Amino acid sequence: MSEEQGSEAEEADVIAPRDEARESRGLMLELKAVQKRYGGFTAVKSLDLAVPRGEIFGFLGPNGAGKTTTIRMVAGVLRPSGGQILVGGADLDEDPETAKSRVGYIPDRPFLYEKLSGGEFLRFVAGLWGREGDEVEARADRLLELFQLTPWKNELIESYSHGMRQKILISSALIHQPELIVVDEPMVGLDPRSARLLKNLMRTFVDNGGTVFLSTHTLEVAEALCDRIAIINQGEIIALGTMDELQSQSETGGAHLEEIFLKLTGGEAMVDVIQGLKEAIAR
Amino acid sequence: MSGSPLPRSAGMLWLLRPKIRTKITRARTSEGKLFKGLLLGFVGLFFWSLIFAVIFRMLLYFRGTQGIGDLLSSKLLGIAFITFLMILILSNIITALSTFFLSEDLELVVAAPVQAEKVYAARLIETVIDSSWMVGLMAVPLLTAYGAVYATDWKYYILAIATVIPFLIIPAVIGSGITLLLVNVFPARRTRDLLALIGLFAAAGVVAMFRFLRPERLMRPEEFRDLVDFVAVLRTPTSVWLPNEWAADALMSYLGGFFDWFPFLFLWSTAAASFVFGAWMHRRFYQAGFSRAQEGAEVQEGRERSAVLDRLLKNATPSTRGLVSKEIRIFFRDTTQWSQLILLGVLVAVYVYNITVLPLYTGEEVSFLLINVVSFLNLGLAGFVVAAIAARFVFPAMSIEGRMMWLLRSSPLDVRQLFWSKYWVGTVPLLVVALPLIVVTNIVLEASMFILVLTTVTMIGITFALTALALGLGALYPNYDTENVAEIPTSFGGLLFMMSAVTYLAGVVVLEAWPVYLFLQSRMQGGEAQVSMTPLILGVSGAALLTGLAVFVPLNAGVKRVRSIDF
Repeated sequence: MSEEQGSEAEEADVIAPRDEARESRGLMLELKAVQKRYGGFTAVKSLDLAVPRGEIFGFLGPNGAGKTTTIRMVAGVLRPSGGQILVGGADLDEDPETAKSRVGYIPDRPFLYEKLSGGEFLRFVAGLWGREGDEVEARADRLLELFQLTPWKNELIESYSHGMRQKILISSALIHQPELIVVDEPMVGLDPRSARLLKNLMRTFVDNGGTVFLSTHTLEVAEALCDRIAIINQGEIIALGTMDELQSQSETGGAHLEEIFLKLTGGEAMVDVIQGLKEAIAR
Repeated sequence: MSGSPLPRSAGMLWLLRPKIRTKITRARTSEGKLFKGLLLGFVGLFFWSLIFAVIFRMLLYFRGTQGIGDLLSSKLLGIAFITFLMILILSNIITALSTFFLSEDLELVVAAPVQAEKVYAARLIETVIDSSWMVGLMAVPLLTAYGAVYATDWKYYILAIATVIPFLIIPAVIGSGITLLLVNVFPARRTRDLLALIGLFAAAGVVAMFRFLRPERLMRPEEFRDLVDFVAVLRTPTSVWLPNEWAADALMSYLGGFFDWFPFLFLWSTAAASFVFGAWMHRRFYQAGFSRAQEGAEVQEGRERSAVLDRLLKNATPSTRGLVSKEIRIFFRDTTQWSQLILLGVLVAVYVYNITVLPLYTGEEVSFLLINVVSFLNLGLAGFVVAAIAARFVFPAMSIEGRMMWLLRSSPLDVRQLFWSKYWVGTVPLLVVALPLIVVTNIVLEASMFILVLTTVTMIGITFALTALALGLGALYPNYDTENVAEIPTSFGGLLFMMSAVTYLAGVVVLEAWPVYLFLQSRMQGGEAQVSMTPLILGVSGAALLTGLAVFVPLNAGVKRVRSIDF
C-alpha cells in the first residue's frame, strides 16, 4: 500500500461512523408529518421525509423557507409542534438519548466556549456523548491534524478566526463518531482548501456507512455533492429526488440546479428583473 | 469643481438610537411588565426610604450638635461624594472597555463614515448611563435628606441635579481616558482582566477602609472624644482639587444660605474642558486602540490541572466529568469572575470583624442571652450573605449556557444531569464560605454548644436550598442574550430570587426560634440551660421540610423550563 493510500485509509478511519453503525441498514432519518409553529406563524407545515443510510441529502430553499428550523428540529435543539422524527429508528421525542447519540450537529451560527482551548472543547463534546479516554485523545489529535489545527490545540477559542471556529466545530461533530451528520450551511467561512476537504470528508463519511443531512445556499455544492435533494418553500417540500428526477419534475430537461431552484421557488421573476437591469445598464 | 455633496455623517443621537430603541422595545415586550414594574418600584422605594431615613436621622443629630454640626454634615456629604467618585472612576474604566472597545456593534460604527467626536460623545453618554445609574439612584435619597433637614426651597433640587450631571461626566471622561491608554498598551481582553483585578483590589480597600473607620461611632454621643478624632481623620482624604469637594461645597453653600458660584462653575467648566480633552484623545488614539482590541490570543497550559480534576471526579460519568471540569476551567480563566472572590473574602472578613466588635459583654445573664440570640440570628444574616453570593455566581449559571444550548440540546445529555452538575459546582464553594462564617462567628462569640451545632447544621441545609433556588429561578427567568454576566443578577429574576431567599431564611429562622427561645428561657429562669426535645424535633423537621421544598421545587421547575424552551 502506498503512503498516500495509507493516509487516505487513516483519514477514512477518523471520519467513519462506529463499526456497528457501518453494518446497519434501513432508514437513517425519518420525518413524519413534522410541523413547527411560532405563535400564529407556521414555519414548517407537515413535512414527510425519509433518508436512507449512506446518502448525502441536500435540503434547499429560499430564505425563510423553514430550512434551519427543520435542521434544528432534526438535531434535537427545537421541539416540533407536531409529528415525529426518527433517527436510526429511535424517536427523538420518546427516546432522545438514543436518537441524539447518533447525530453530529454543525449549526450555521454557532457560539463556542471562548475560554476553552480547541483540544478541551473537543474533549468536552466527546464527554457529552459519553466518550472519553485515550481513544478520544487520539481522535482529537487526528481530527485537529486533518483540519490543520494542531498548532492551535492549546489556544483559547477566543483567539480563533472564523474559519478556524468552523473547523473546530466540524471536528467536534465528528469526535464521537456519529452515524448522521446534520449540517447547516457547511461552507460558510471556509477557505477553498478547507471547503474541498469538507466535501471529500462528507463523501468519505457516507462511503463508510454514514449519512449527511445538509442545508445550503451554495447550489453548486449541492449539485456536485448530494445524492438526493429536497427543495422547501414556505414550510413545504415542493420537489424531492435526484438531479435527474428534479429536472423532470420541474420540466427543465438538462438544466442546472440553479434554474430548477429559481423556477420552483418563484425566483424566475427575479431573473427577468436582473436581465432587465443588465440591459438598462448596457444601454 | 462640482460633484455630489458628501452625505452628512450620522450624528450623536443617531448613534444612540439603536440602543434606545432596544431598551424601549425590551421594556414594551417583556412579559408581565406591570407586575415587574410594580415590584421593582416597591423595592426601589423601600431602599430609597431606608437610605433617606438613615441620612435624615444622622443629619438631624449633627444639626443638634453645637458648633460642629454643619461641618459634620458637610464632611458627610464630602465622604459620600468621594466614595461616589472612586466608585465612578473604577466603574467607568470597566464600562468604557465594553462600550468603546468590545461591544459587538462597534465593527459597524467604526466602519461607518462618522466623525470621531460624534462617536466619542455617543459612547461617552452610554458609558455614563451604564456606569453611573446606581450612583445616581443613591444620590436621590441622600440629597433629598439634605434638602429636608435644611428645609430648603425647590431651587436646591434643581441645583442638586445641575451639580450631579458634571460630577458624573468628569469620572466618565477620566475612566474612558484611562481605558483608552490601557488598550493602546495591552490587548483589550487582557486589559479587562487586569482592570477587574485593579478594580476589585481597590473596591476591597475602600470597603475595608470604611469598615475599620467604624462610622457607626458617629451615632454614639458617649464616644464624642472619638468623634472629634474621626473628624480629624476625615479631613485627610479631601482636596480642593477634586470634583467631590466642589460638588459638596456648591450644595452646602446653598444650604448654608450663601450660594458660592465658584465651585459650581468650576465643576461645569472642568467637565466641559475634560470632555474636549477626551474627544481629542479619542481622535488621536482610538483607531489604534480599537485595532489592538481585536487581538487577544493567549496560549494556555496543557492538561496538568485537568489531571487533578479527573482524579476528583473518578467515579462520575464522562458527561458529568466534562461538565464539571468545563465549569471550573471557565470560571478560573475568566478573571472577571474569579477575582470577585477577593472582594468576597474582604466582605467575609469585615462581617466577622463586625460580629466581634458588637458590645455584648455587659453582664453575666444578659450576656448569655445576647450572645446566643446574636449567634442564632447570625444564621439569617450569614444566610443573606450566602444568598447574595449565590445571586452573583449561581443565578447566572443557566443563562450563560444560553448560546451553547445548540450543543447541549443536540447531545444525548439529559437536562437534569446538566442541572445537577451545576448544582454541585455551586454548592460546594458556597459551603466553603458559609460554614466558616457560622462556625467562626459562633466560636468568637463563645456561643453555647447547642446553638453552635444547631446553626451549623441549619447552615448546611440553607446552603443547599439557596443554591437550588438560585439555579432554579435562574433557569425560570433566564437572560440568554446578554454579553455581560454581571447584569444577570440585577434582572427581575435576580430580584425575585433575593426575595424568595429572604422569605425562605425568615421561615427557617422562625421555625427554629421556638426551641431556641425555650433553651434560653430555661437559663433565664435560673439553673442550667435545657434543650426541649419535642419543640426541637418539630422546629428542625419543619425547617428541613422547608429546605427540601426549596431544593426540589425550583430545580424541577427549572429542568422543566429548560426542556420545554425553544432556543
